[in-house]
Amino acid sequence: MRIRKRNGGSAATPALLSLILVVLVGVTVYVFASNLPWAVRPAPITSVGAEIDHQYDLTLAVTATVFILSQLGLAFAVFKFRDHGQKAHFTRGSNTLEAIWTTATIVLFLGLGLMGHKAWAEVRFTPASPDAIQVEVTGNQFVFNFRYPGPDGKFGKLDPKQISASTGNPLGIDANDPAGKDDIVVPTLTVPVNHEVNLLIRSQDVIHNFYVRELRIQQDAMPGMVVPLHFTANTIGQYEVVCTQLCGLGHSRMHSYLNVVSDADYETFLKQQAAGQ
Amino acid sequence: MSSHAHAGGSTVHAPMAEPSGFIRKYIFSVDHKVIGIQYFLLALTAVVIGIVLSLLMRFHLVWPNATLPFVSGGQMSQEQYLALVTMHGTIMVFFVLTTAPQGGFGNYFLPIQIGAPDMAFPRLNMLSFWVTFLAFVSIIAAFVVPGGAPISGWTGYTPLSGLGEITGPGEGWGQTLWIVSISLFCLASLLGALNFIATTIDLRAPGMSLMRMPLTVWGWFVTAILGLLAFGILLAGGILLLLDRSAGTSFFIPAGLVVNDQIQAHSGGSPLLWQHLFWFFGHPEVYIAILPGMGVASHVLSTFARKPVYGYRAMAYAICAIGFLGFMVWGHHMFVSGMSPYSGFAFSVLTMSIGVPSAIKTFNWLGTLWGGKIQFKSPMLFALGFVSLFVSGGLSGLFLAQPAVDNMLHATYYVVAHFHLVMGVAAIFGIFAATYFWFPKMFGRMMNEPLAKIHFWFTFVGAYCIFMPMHFIGIAGGIRRYADASAVGFLAHLQPVHQFMTIAAFITGAAQLLFLCNFFYSLKFGPRASKNPWNATTLEWITDSPPPIDNFGGHYPSVYRGPYEFSVPGVVDDFIPQSLEPSQVARVK
Repeated sequence: MRIRKRNGGSAATPALLSLILVVLVGVTVYVFASNLPWAVRPAPITSVGAEIDHQYDLTLAVTATVFILSQLGLAFAVFKFRDHGQKAHFTRGSNTLEAIWTTATIVLFLGLGLMGHKAWAEVRFTPASPDAIQVEVTGNQFVFNFRYPGPDGKFGKLDPKQISASTGNPLGIDANDPAGKDDIVVPTLTVPVNHEVNLLIRSQDVIHNFYVRELRIQQDAMPGMVVPLHFTANTIGQYEVVCTQLCGLGHSRMHSYLNVVSDADYETFLKQQAAGQ
Repeated sequence: MSSHAHAGGSTVHAPMAEPSGFIRKYIFSVDHKVIGIQYFLLALTAVVIGIVLSLLMRFHLVWPNATLPFVSGGQMSQEQYLALVTMHGTIMVFFVLTTAPQGGFGNYFLPIQIGAPDMAFPRLNMLSFWVTFLAFVSIIAAFVVPGGAPISGWTGYTPLSGLGEITGPGEGWGQTLWIVSISLFCLASLLGALNFIATTIDLRAPGMSLMRMPLTVWGWFVTAILGLLAFGILLAGGILLLLDRSAGTSFFIPAGLVVNDQIQAHSGGSPLLWQHLFWFFGHPEVYIAILPGMGVASHVLSTFARKPVYGYRAMAYAICAIGFLGFMVWGHHMFVSGMSPYSGFAFSVLTMSIGVPSAIKTFNWLGTLWGGKIQFKSPMLFALGFVSLFVSGGLSGLFLAQPAVDNMLHATYYVVAHFHLVMGVAAIFGIFAATYFWFPKMFGRMMNEPLAKIHFWFTFVGAYCIFMPMHFIGIAGGIRRYADASAVGFLAHLQPVHQFMTIAAFITGAAQLLFLCNFFYSLKFGPRASKNPWNATTLEWITDSPPPIDNFGGHYPSVYRGPYEFSVPGVVDDFIPQSLEPSQVARVK
């Protein structure tokens, strides 16, 4: 038996589907446009961060246009071409249209991608200037430790055998290396405003990550590697540092702060820490 | 080209005899249709488990202090949450998104749609299924071993996954079983991929040229090629990781690691190597999950719009292009890993370019609908939902493909939203479209249409309610894989959004019961299905529902035209089956 269907049912189904798609577009555009507190990123505190935001906004403009046009196009087609007894328009496609939209998307997507590399190059291709402040960041389950080289400007050697959190040497600074005597190890990161800082990111055990939203940068702390990451913070304040790489059962508690302070406060911080070593 | 090559008409063979006995017929069957249903039922079991795990996660994120009767200690711990994260991801990616579209529907319909009596290697096919089943038993066993399930995520990043119990609960037996499971799965999928490729190349009916294959077959074929190249890599990676854990090797573990104040006796390995191996598999895996869904969407859209697929050739080429490019973009998962930033640049450009064939597909889907005569049957609703979700989920990829922008979005809920929409929900919609579309053929009965539509409305709206807000909280810095938001100040104000998503998840989860009821009720009590209830054109619709053991009852079809001949001008019916001889086509006088 062959069931013949002349009609795909009432107009209610296509109407409802179109409506859902229109509401989807409306709500999404509204949330993006109205800066609701749970949908916005904090202001960046570096010039590169501002550039990344600019690239993000550009990408948003492109994707929003495609999103709105394609979802509304789908909503329109669903309602307009519902089966109401008409004949379907027979076509196998159009090579011209294929060529047009292929070229258009190549230009749009690749153009967007290439434009985005300025900010990436600034963060990652160019190394920090030689006079940047060096801070070593070490992740271990489930804390961050930040090491400053101290007055001599040199980090002491590390020896994994000497690691002992209980005796105050969580990083295993080699007791026999004079360069390590004045090293400062603290659980929060303090940096002076408008000075370039070069982080040397490493891990003692598993993979961790250093992420500060306001810097717009993340970097994994990869065991066996020391990865440099530089930034220049331009706004005084306290910002949260979190681990974003699954590192074990205490992952969500691995947390610290980035304090961006004035030059004077930075000097005070260094002096106090040096006195405490 | 074909083992049944002959001139014109169709060949008649003596019908094959069905094996007798329950075990040969239903358990260790070599019939691709039985094996397809076995894969499908395995995926159905897995998806129920996967959804329950995700609901427990959603519950914990919103009510972390609630007392749960089945949790030891009453309250869920951080490690139990991370075990849920790991097991949900692993079960869904491997045992649902890979198993159902390819192992299930691909196995059942690829041979029939190309006019073959079975797969090229039926016994190998049986072996693939049973090895997959063993892999599933292994992953489920991880729940009950000492230490519990692993907590290192579905990506199993080492050293967390490579050093054993010392790195955390679940990293002992649980992690070992996880590795065994995915390695077995890879082995099974390799065998399956070989079989699919050989079948598509060698067993096509006379006249079934490549450019007359249904787009579903293109999807399964290219997916099999991806599987052949990708699963072998993860299999190797899995074996190396197992050796690191149990034989003292150091493929992935560098020197001088100190866990819990204990120096680890490893040296010379690189954790980045695991990531490269994993993602060399892992990114093609995304396309392994979605390409069959793309094929099904094209197939169903054309059938219910009563129009040929718009730009069929472009669609077939786009599937190939996505498959090809899919192998060159794995590094975009590693922009912040410490990999060379110059590699990051190259991977970024390649990733942006994969948007091009994806956009071609979307435009052609809209082109297929344009000017159509759309019938809103349940398979069609899910195919339309697929298009909408694929667009929404795909576009967020343009942000993540740019390393600079990824720097702020990496590891946030933005990523979770992106891959759930594009490879999770969209692929599941492909599976639902396929189920509602082919259920009559597979089981000889129709599913209940009103119930299917209600299932669609709840699932479509529900999926958006769960995953759209995830983009927003990701932009605000919401971090994924956090069992507890209380330690981080900026996460507190995201909690109301989490509540909304959790409620949406429970409603959407409950709506899936409609599907399960419909499925099992219709198996037994659905109205009998005709041979071709949708007036469709491809070869599966010329045989009985369900098809006989040799698919066409000793009568092998020849193919005379492309797969989507709908509403051809001058023809009486609005569809022409692929195997209808040209002289038999009724033309308008």
